[in-house]
Amino acid sequence: MNRNVLRLSANRGAIGVAYLLTLVALIPLCLVLAYTIFRGFPAVSHLEFFTNVERPVGVPGSGVAHAIVGTLILVGIASVVAVPIGVLGGIYLAEYSGNRWADWARLGSDVLIGTPSIAVGLFAYALFVAPFHHFSGLSGSLALAVLMLPIVVRTTESAVRLIPGGLRESGLALGLPRWRVSLQLILPAAAPGVITGALLSVARASGETAPLLFTSFGNPFLSTNPTQPLEALPHIVYKFALLPYPALQEQAWGAALVLVVMVLIINLASRYVLRRQIRLAGQL
Amino acid sequence: MATATDVKVAVHAPVSPAIPDRFRLLTGIVAAAAPATLVLIVFILFQQAWPAITHFGLGFLTSRTWNPVTQEFGALPGIFGTVATSLIALVFALPIGVAAALVLAEQGQTTIRGLVGTAIELLAAIPSVVYGIWALYVLGPWAFAHIEAPISDRFGFVGWLSEASPRSLFTASLVLAVMILPTLTAVSRDVIRAVPRGLKENAVALGATWWETTWRVILPAARSGIFGATILALGRALGETIAVTMVIGNNYQIPPSIFSPAYTLASVIANEFTEASGVLYPAALVELGLALILVTLTVNVIAMVLVRSTASRAAI
Repeated sequence: MNRNVLRLSANRGAIGVAYLLTLVALIPLCLVLAYTIFRGFPAVSHLEFFTNVERPVGVPGSGVAHAIVGTLILVGIASVVAVPIGVLGGIYLAEYSGNRWADWARLGSDVLIGTPSIAVGLFAYALFVAPFHHFSGLSGSLALAVLMLPIVVRTTESAVRLIPGGLRESGLALGLPRWRVSLQLILPAAAPGVITGALLSVARASGETAPLLFTSFGNPFLSTNPTQPLEALPHIVYKFALLPYPALQEQAWGAALVLVVMVLIINLASRYVLRRQIRLAGQL
Repeated sequence: MATATDVKVAVHAPVSPAIPDRFRLLTGIVAAAAPATLVLIVFILFQQAWPAITHFGLGFLTSRTWNPVTQEFGALPGIFGTVATSLIALVFALPIGVAAALVLAEQGQTTIRGLVGTAIELLAAIPSVVYGIWALYVLGPWAFAHIEAPISDRFGFVGWLSEASPRSLFTASLVLAVMILPTLTAVSRDVIRAVPRGLKENAVALGATWWETTWRVILPAARSGIFGATILALGRALGETIAVTMVIGNNYQIPPSIFSPAYTLASVIANEFTEASGVLYPAALVELGLALILVTLTVNVIAMVLVRSTASRAAI
């Protein structure tokens, strides 16, 4: 009897601890969000923050327009490179899985996801900065594309796998060649999932700083030329946060807030789309 | 008559083997882009680091000096900082991550469980530079005032608990723990869910409590998968650059205490690569990157094999 009391109280204690630790896991998310909103709001509440470029310390009306433009260009070029390659690769992994080539490609993608982004930056520097003797937005885009590629591959693969075999078989039964089945039947059906994957990779790329440090480098002026250095939002946060000027630190928090809002919107929206996709695929 | 021969031809022509699946070939080649990039990255880094590799040999990994003026470079303090921050981060994150995974993997998808799961996964989406600025202004000062200073005041006589400072190995470990928590939780949750339900039901039928079922049945069954999740998180922690660079204090030494400033491989590269001139200096930095990438690749491959083997065993 006594032993059972002991067992039950141990059980209750363990359940309590497990739930408590789960709550502890949520604390950092709340804190990061709360602080970014509170500290970032003063900067974001001025319209100049989005329309002006960087000004010297002490001059009011400083903004991050150049960094927003830079991030758009960097991530845009990276997407143009990474998304088509990633989608085709993902289709291969889903449609022709089960052979050794596909297994290696899948393992390679998974390992590439975990590659330190700073190493990818070194790689892009050696390939696209050193030979031209100057930093450029293009080299930064290449580094970001390397980081985006495996995410697009793996999300496309899982989106295509959700499509039931019946759709594929009916296409093949009508005599369509494999490429038409894959590209004109399966891919449109899987489109929401594929787009979601591409957006998630965009979210990841727009938040990366490390690979840009010695590729796109940063640029205090508004520039749209990808062969020259470009500024990026995460780089603004990194650069200004470490400087001893409160005005610049406020700008850093503002840029951090813009990043967090963008990334969270993309992630929450993609969750919603994916859930719908899973439901729709069940009805096909 | 013409129609009859046509039919005959159509019947005898073997359709599928005659047409090579060009689409398969093309997408197969494209799918190889990811592994090919991986190989190319390692190759390029080897090539760039070659001057340093031939000049310093294996001594590079055990030397403690880092002096661009005298052109003497050694990786040991960087390796120490990288490994120490990641391991301390795991010590903090592992119990929390596994506990959260157990709660989230419970049967029955309630709204609260869904919300908590989403929230923890959103932690993974926040850019590392945002964690960096938060750790720099909020977490670091807080940890210094409420954890580091009290501990080093009372236990400072223990060498590795002395000399509290707001930017330190410890602060970097804390922010890393926060950053690897979502990976650890999400992968562990999936592995725990993959444990065959029968095992759990048998234990419950024998009268085991939730805790006894979890501790004696579920966790042993999911052991190698949780170990894989841990290793995967370790790989993330080893390669993390920006957040760590902002709070570790950037001091190239093997720190006397966990509360002292230190340096990691990735932080050294982030801080010094754009200013490195000459031949040996940048090559030495790239060699640090090479060491980092080789370690993370090994760690990641081990993790993936472990996670997959657990998942596939559970499927049987």
